[in-house]
Parts: sequence; C-alpha cells; structure tokens
Amino acid sequence: MAAISREDVAHLAKLARIDMNESELDHLVSELGVILGAVARVQEAAAGDIPPTSHPFPVNNVFREDVVRPSLTNAQALSGAPAKDEERFKVPQILGEE
Amino acid sequence: MALTYDDAVAKYEPTLGLEVHVELNTKSKMFCGCATEFGAAPNTQTCPVCLGLPGALPVVNAKAIESTILIGLALNCSIAPFSRFARKNYFYPDMPKNFQTSQYDEPICVNGYLDVVIDTDEGPQPFRVEIERVHMEEDTGKSLHVGGATGRIHGADYSLLDYNRAGIPLVEIVTKIVAGTGKYAPQVARAYVTELRDILRSLGVSDVKMEQGSMRCDVNLSLAPIGSGTLGTRSETKNVNSLRSVERAVIGEVVRQSNRLEAGERIIQETRHFQEESGQTRSGRSKEQAEDYRYFPEPDLVPVAPAAEWIEELRATLPEKPSARRKRLQEAWNVPAKEMEAMVNAELLDVVEQTIELGAEPTRARSWWLGEVSRLANEREVAPTDLITPAQVAEVITLIEAGELTDKLARQVVEGVISGEGSPREVIDKRGLKVVSDDGALMTAIEAAIAAQPDTAERVRGGNLPAAGALIGAVMKATGGQADAAKVRELLLKHLGHN
Amino acid sequence: MSEISIYSTAADMSAALATGVTTSVELTNAHFERIAAVEPAVHSFLHLDQEGALAQAAHVDAERAAGKKLAPLAGVPLALKDVLAQEGVPTTAGSKMLENWRPPYDATVVAKLKEAGIIILGKTNMDEFAMGSSTENSAYGNTHNPWDLTRIPGGSGGGSAAALAAFEAPLAIGTDTGGSIRQPAAVTGTVGVKPTYGGVSRYGLIAFSSSLDQAGPCARTVLDTALLHEAIAGYDPMDSTSINAPVPRVVEAAKKLDVKGLKIGVVKELLGDGFQAGVRQRFEEALEELVKAGATIVEVSCPNFDYGLAAYYLIAPSEASSNLARFDSMRYGLRVGDDGSRSAEAVMNLTRHEGFGPEVKRRIILGTYALSSGYYDAYYGSAQKVRTLVKRDFDKAFAEVDVLVSPTCPTTAFKLGENVDDPLAMYLNDIATIPVNLAGIGGMSLPAGLAPEDGLPVGFQIMSPGMRDDLMYQVGGTLEAALVSKWGKTLLSQAPALGGN
Repeated sequence: MAAISREDVAHLAKLARIDMNESELDHLVSELGVILGAVARVQEAAAGDIPPTSHPFPVNNVFREDVVRPSLTNAQALSGAPAKDEERFKVPQILGEE
Repeated sequence: MALTYDDAVAKYEPTLGLEVHVELNTKSKMFCGCATEFGAAPNTQTCPVCLGLPGALPVVNAKAIESTILIGLALNCSIAPFSRFARKNYFYPDMPKNFQTSQYDEPICVNGYLDVVIDTDEGPQPFRVEIERVHMEEDTGKSLHVGGATGRIHGADYSLLDYNRAGIPLVEIVTKIVAGTGKYAPQVARAYVTELRDILRSLGVSDVKMEQGSMRCDVNLSLAPIGSGTLGTRSETKNVNSLRSVERAVIGEVVRQSNRLEAGERIIQETRHFQEESGQTRSGRSKEQAEDYRYFPEPDLVPVAPAAEWIEELRATLPEKPSARRKRLQEAWNVPAKEMEAMVNAELLDVVEQTIELGAEPTRARSWWLGEVSRLANEREVAPTDLITPAQVAEVITLIEAGELTDKLARQVVEGVISGEGSPREVIDKRGLKVVSDDGALMTAIEAAIAAQPDTAERVRGGNLPAAGALIGAVMKATGGQADAAKVRELLLKHLGHN
Repeated sequence: MSEISIYSTAADMSAALATGVTTSVELTNAHFERIAAVEPAVHSFLHLDQEGALAQAAHVDAERAAGKKLAPLAGVPLALKDVLAQEGVPTTAGSKMLENWRPPYDATVVAKLKEAGIIILGKTNMDEFAMGSSTENSAYGNTHNPWDLTRIPGGSGGGSAAALAAFEAPLAIGTDTGGSIRQPAAVTGTVGVKPTYGGVSRYGLIAFSSSLDQAGPCARTVLDTALLHEAIAGYDPMDSTSINAPVPRVVEAAKKLDVKGLKIGVVKELLGDGFQAGVRQRFEEALEELVKAGATIVEVSCPNFDYGLAAYYLIAPSEASSNLARFDSMRYGLRVGDDGSRSAEAVMNLTRHEGFGPEVKRRIILGTYALSSGYYDAYYGSAQKVRTLVKRDFDKAFAEVDVLVSPTCPTTAFKLGENVDDPLAMYLNDIATIPVNLAGIGGMSLPAGLAPEDGLPVGFQIMSPGMRDDLMYQVGGTLEAALVSKWGKTLLSQAPALGGN
C-alpha cells in the first residue's frame, strides 16, 4: 500500500509546479515510499468513528468589522517584485486559459 | 443539413446548471481591511494579506457574512448552523496565494429555490429553479496581457498584474441540475438570472452590474435524447456578460452540441467562452481531467456558526421580493401584464412608483415615463432616469391634472426641464407656457373665430359637430396653443347651442 | 551583583540597565563583539543589523535617561529566528527562495519586541522553511553546536539556540511546529518554550504548518524565558487563531520555586529503548529533584502518542504544500529563467526547482499526495483523526495530573552529516515533542544535565494543559533551581570556551 509509482511522483511534481530531473524523481520515489510506509499506520488508529481535529481549541465566529484600513503604498507592494512596469508586477507570458 | 435550435429541442432534452458569482459591496475586502472602491491606481489597495506575502493571515469581514446570509435567506436556503472555509489549491499568477480561500463541503447556505415565470405557448408558466448552495470566496487580481496580436493571452510577450481586486468578497450561487425546461431552457436561464439580479439589488448587497463584472454567470449545459433518462456530457460557458447573452449562450450551446451529437461526435467536457458578436461559444480550457483542487479546511480561519437569533433578525430585514412587489403594484395600479413587463424591462418600475408616491396620477405617471421621457432618452442615448427626476415628472403631471397645462404644453415643459432650464414651474414662467383657462379670454377668442367663419359656425349650429374642428383650431392659433383645446370645444359647442 | 557581561542573564542585564550600571548601547556593542569573535565557528546568524540595533539601543537609553517608564526587558539584546518578518531587514526563512527579501511590514511579534524596547541584533539560521531537526537544511550553511562544533545545534531553530549557548544574545525568538524550539534547546543546554497554540500571534510568521506553528521565547534561564514570553504573547486581531484571553502570569509562576502538591505524569510511551541511556538517566534524576521539592510522580499511558509522528508527517507537509504555493516568482523572491523564452508557468516550475532544497521538495510532494483526490481520507483525513485521539490522551492524563514530562528528545546532539541521508531517522528526533503540537498545548524544554557517555546536554520536557502555560514555568523554575543548586553552577558555564573569552 505504501508504494508510490514514478508516474505518481511526476504527476505530483506537476501539480506542485516543481520541475524535477530524472535523478530527483528516482530519489523521491524511494524516499516517499519509505515515508508513506511509516505514516500509513494512521489509518489503523483512525479506524473508528472519530471526528477530525482542525483546530486545537474550538472557537467560532472570529470576525472583523467592515472598516477600511490603510493599504501598502504602490512602492511597498512592489518592493519585492522581480520585475515591474507601469506600477504593476511584470510576469512572463501566461499560457493557461484559452 | 445543420440543425436549428427548434430541430435540436425536438430531439434533445437540455439540462442546465447555472453558477453566478456576485461581488459584494462591502467597504473592505473579504479577509483584510483594504478598500474595495473602483478606479484606484494599480496596486494601491493591497496589503500583506491580499498580496499573499509570507506570514500574512486572513480575518473574515463580518459584513460579508451578513450579506451572504441575507442572500441565502432571500433564496429560501437553510443557513448552516456550522460552516467552514476551505482552501482550493491551484496555481495562477492572478492568485496571490496560489490557493483561493473558499468553501467546500460545508457552505454557509444550502437547499434553496427561486421561482420564475416564463412565457410559453400556453401562456405564462411558473418554473422553480432549485439552488444547491450559496457560499463565500475571494476574487483574484487582474492581469493585463501585453504584446501579441489581439492583446489576449496567446502570443503575449508578458503580463502585468494588479492585485487591487484580489480579495474582494465574492458570493457564489450554484443551482441544482435544472431539468425539465424543454425548449424553454434559454428563457428559464434568463429569467433566473434576471430575478436573481433583482433580488440581490433589492437586498442592497451588490450593485449587480453584469457588464461591469459585479455579477458573473457561467452556464453549464448538456443534452440527452428526449426520453432517454440519461444525462449528457456538459460544457461550461463563461464570459456571459448580459442577460441577453445568458439566453443566447444557452441557444448557442444547444445548437452546437446537438449538431455534434447528430454527427456522431462526442461532447468534450470543457470550458468555453461566449462570443458576443456571433452568439457562438469558443473552446477554452479542457476540463477532461478535472483539476485536483486538494481541498482541505482552512487552518488560518475558524468556523462560522451564526446564532439562530441573528439569522431571524436578518430574516426580518428582508425586503419584499421583487416578484411579489411587481404583483402587488400590478394589482394596485390595475395594469395589464404587457405594460408591467414593459416597465420592468425598461427598468422604470422604481421611478414610476416613486412618481406615483409623490402624488402623480398613476396612468399618466406610467405613460409619461414609458412614452415621452423614454423617447427623449433614446434620442439622446441615455437612460430615462438620467434625464429627469420622479419629482419633476410628478410636478408636471400634477399641473396637467390641475388644468394648468395641456399635454402639448407639458411636453414643452419637459423638454425645457431636460435642457436644464430649471424646474417645471421655472420653465413655465420663463417660456410663458401657462394654459389659458380663463373663460372670459377664451370666449373672446371663440367669438372672434365664429365671426371670422360664420358659415362653419352655422353648420355646427345645424348639428355638424365635426366641423367645429376648424373653429377650435382658429382659437388655438389665436391663443398661441395655450388654450385648453377640450375646454374650448366645450365652450364653443355650448355657445352654438349644444350642451 | 557581579559584573554585567554577555554571560549575564537577561534579568540581570535588565536590572543593570535600570540602575544605570550599564547602557543598552554598551550591552549591544559587547554582544556584537562577541558575535564577531565566535561566528566563524558557530554561524548562528544569517544577518546582523548593527545599524538598526544600535539606533534602537540609543533610543532606549535616551528614553530611560528622560525618566520614561520602560518595559522590563527594554534595552536587552535578542536574536530573531529568520522566519519572522522584520520590516526592511532580509528575511529568508533559511531558503534561497527569499534571498534578500526585505518585508514591507513587521510581524506582530517583532512589533511587540520593538514596542518593548528589546534590541534585535540580527536574524538567526534555521532549517529551510522550518522543516528539519538539525538546521542542516538551511540554504546558507550549517550552524554548529557551541558544545561541540562538529555537532548539530538542533532544528529547525538551531541558530537561535546556538546564539544563546554561545552567549551571542541572552534572548532569542524561535518557532515550534513539531519541536523546533524545544529540541534545539535540549541539545544546546538552553531553555525554550512553545506556548499554547494561539498564545503568540502568527501574523508575520512565515507559515510552515498553520495549525501547528507557534512562535516562542528562548533564553538561558526559565525566568528570562518567562520575561520574554510576557513580552511577546497576547491576543492579536490580525490572527484569527489568536487566543482572546489575558496572557498567563508566567513570570510569577517562574519565581514560585515550589511544586508542593503538584502531580507530575511521566508518559510511558516517551521513555522506551529508542532513548539514549544517558538521556534517560538525567531524566530520572531530574524527577527525583521534583519529588524532593514536594511533587508526586505518576506514570501515565498515552497510547495514541505512538501514532503522533505519522500523523505529524502527514498534516505538516500537507499544510506546507499549500502554504508554500505562494512562492512562484511572480510577486517577490527568487525568479529563475525569465529570459523571454519561457512562459510564466515554466519560470515558476524552474524557480521552485532551484529555490527549494530537497527536504522542502520532499515534504511538498508528500503533502500534495496526502491531500490529493482519492487519498485525502486515507492520509490527511486519518491524520486529523489521530490528532483527536492524541488530544483525548492528553485530556485524560491532565484529569489525573497537573503536568506531563518526558525527555525532550531521544538522543543528545548527533554529528553534522550523520542523519542527512535518512529522513526517517531525522524525523524520529521529534517523537516526544510532536504530540504537544498536535494537541496545541504548551511545552517547555530546560537543561537536565550532561549525558555521562558524551558530556552533551540533555533536555527535560514539561507539558502543560492548554492555556495553563504558567504550570510549566512553575515546574521548570523549581527544577532549574534545584539542579543548579545540585551542580553548584549553571549548565552553560560548563560549555567549552569559544572565541576570545
């Protein structure tokens, strides 16, 4: 059950948007296989009807009032930008849609 | 031989699904305090949170929750006693965190419905569109593609990103599968989106302007052979920017899909883009392999559990449903359905109601707005409500009712108001447009007309009433058109022996 | 009071500043001198902010001279783990992805430190994006344990702990997701606390695993740690998971020096054969001191702790895979390969390949898998259920006892390079610390002595119920006093001399 295939890892790398070379893929396949083998035991413990915990202390309804607060200046917002133009973040051509 | 729409619906049963995204009109964003006002300079309404800077954390806008609950209540939904935010993980440069904070399997509102009325061969028929869920999420930034032939993404050299709109609160309203519309699918879709828009407007939670993008509609459609009991593969059509486009997009997809099916080709599950000019849809991103969004509960936010008392308080603030209001006004004004429809389509119902509330006679109120004011507005290519106010129209109508203006004079007054000459009273004074209603003055003019046309007067005395027209015309001319023609006729005929 | 120097406690420095024995500028300069002397050997720091620190020190001195009332630690220097955003100062999270990134804002913790007049000397080294137990995953080189420079200082917060142990700073801030404050404290002979989840704001803390991360105070004594705890803790409206309640009175608790009547539970599952003999020995001896001081020791069983490691190594990578998605070269950070020939997607993929180290990539892939369609229930979903079980074990135990204790980690500091190629072996370091993060309760590590077989520090872990952080300070303070009294000196005074003395 713990085995993970090379195709799986390559697919996951795509989902995670990380390029991987052959050697990295090979290493990951074996490392992840070992790790998954170790962590798969959570399924034994979780066999019964147990509710999942997302937050250690159950608190609800944390909100803020609909009030405007100062934003960063354009300069501050763009301060880390690898490239910028006309007050906007400049990025390479986007494929994707259409 | 290509199938037409009518051919298509004779063989195939359409099944619809409609997803509407609404931008809420809160002052600040969904998860941070940045302003939401339009038109700001690029990247001046961002902060670490909506820019997705390392270390930033979201905090939920209370008003957005309130607005979403109101929407759910207006759509007859159950408000979940407990709902959660979830991360929808995918990468796109206009998404600062490369996940969208949204809701997944625990949305805030579920299981509602919206009733619409559509025009069928058998007359108006009601149709209930069931609503699966209403949930909250955040909008993305906006990208500008530079270079390339069309300015579109393909062939662009680079893109410029503005995150001012990233984090604007969005509400997503998803219908259940809409089946059984038959050939009326386009009308049902349009009626649903229209009624939804009107409800949202009446709640005051969004300015719902489709052309501006504060309300967006995605149309899902599949076809199956009539009577097969199966469901076909569906396509999703985006870029549907008006009510008319909703209708046309449904028609376009029915035609496209039916022709493919007839040719033995299969329908690809994909996202398509509606083309305004042609009414066709164009293929976009393939959804063959559905994206794996890897949803999980948002760890940076806690659940939303609105108190039952709060929900009831909000329910009590719900305004009258637009459809109920239309029905009530129609009955109160005793107006035929077609005229009601005309007012609704022209978006004049509100101003007509206001004009009547200010004291104007109802029939005149409707006919002025639908008639003269609309005509003048069309000439100038503006909205009727841009030209003149309900108060001004009401004033004019009141003057007509009081006999101080004839319809003809009133038209000149309205034109004067529109041209900016002032209020109706001011225009009347400036232009000297008051009706001549003094009996004495009128009698003088009548006697003069009779004296000038003795033969005509004799014919009228003799019973030829239509002949009075020439005499009335003469009186009108003599008074510069400011006599009340009906009054002149009355006095004239009496004078000539007819009561 | 003996002369104030870099070897003094923060509490003593604070008193000296208050009485004018020294100034903050003097203290700050003394620490920068020390840093210059030992950094070539230890490498705790990634960035030093002399200008900013001295300006802040001068400002505090001026305020003091003007008679203004200052916070207790005003003028005392501190080392800040490089995972917290400090405006205008390079903040890297130990990663190439953020090389030279200067945040346009301060984390709430940093704002509080500045407000308190604490002098931030610089940013300390860490495992990349807080993922690791040895600081060997830093993209900027190793930090060396001041006790033995060939050994690891622990991780992910090895830089902060080493800085304390090398007397480069009397105070430090760390962050703890699975033990990253406590384990480094244990292997360097210092004190580190992970507050109850939500006790310290996460706004500005570069996220690793959102439901587990906490920033916390680190120092050389329990009292110093408590003073720092009170300076940084508290409700923050910018953090929706922040606890809206008063900060527990940990300074008062640290000064109690009394555990009479307290029931202390030893967790059976955290003492097995996987624990080094010398570690167990010092742990047992520390228990004896607590008994002498009037506490009762009880053995408790927390059977679900056995699943804790597995659950953690599903939950943390899953949340991390999502938290680290923002590093895509579009808005900040590293961008590789943007020469006009590649699309945004290609640049993104290449940048993430170059910018992330192997451990980070491993966890991102693991996390992506655990959340993916078809596997969610078996992995992430099941892990969240184990979390409930671990919580229940703690609840049951705390119904019987006031605090729980264990050795902080199974071994003393291992050699640099020893576990780099064995992720699972590395992960085992966190076996005793992880349950605390899963349940969100408080955890402290303080020195229990040196292991006889290698003369390296051993850590004693105290676990207190949620929002009862005061209890760990009470027990820790008492234990520390007893041990120091027993040894006749502090543990750190026995550390090898570094640099010029």
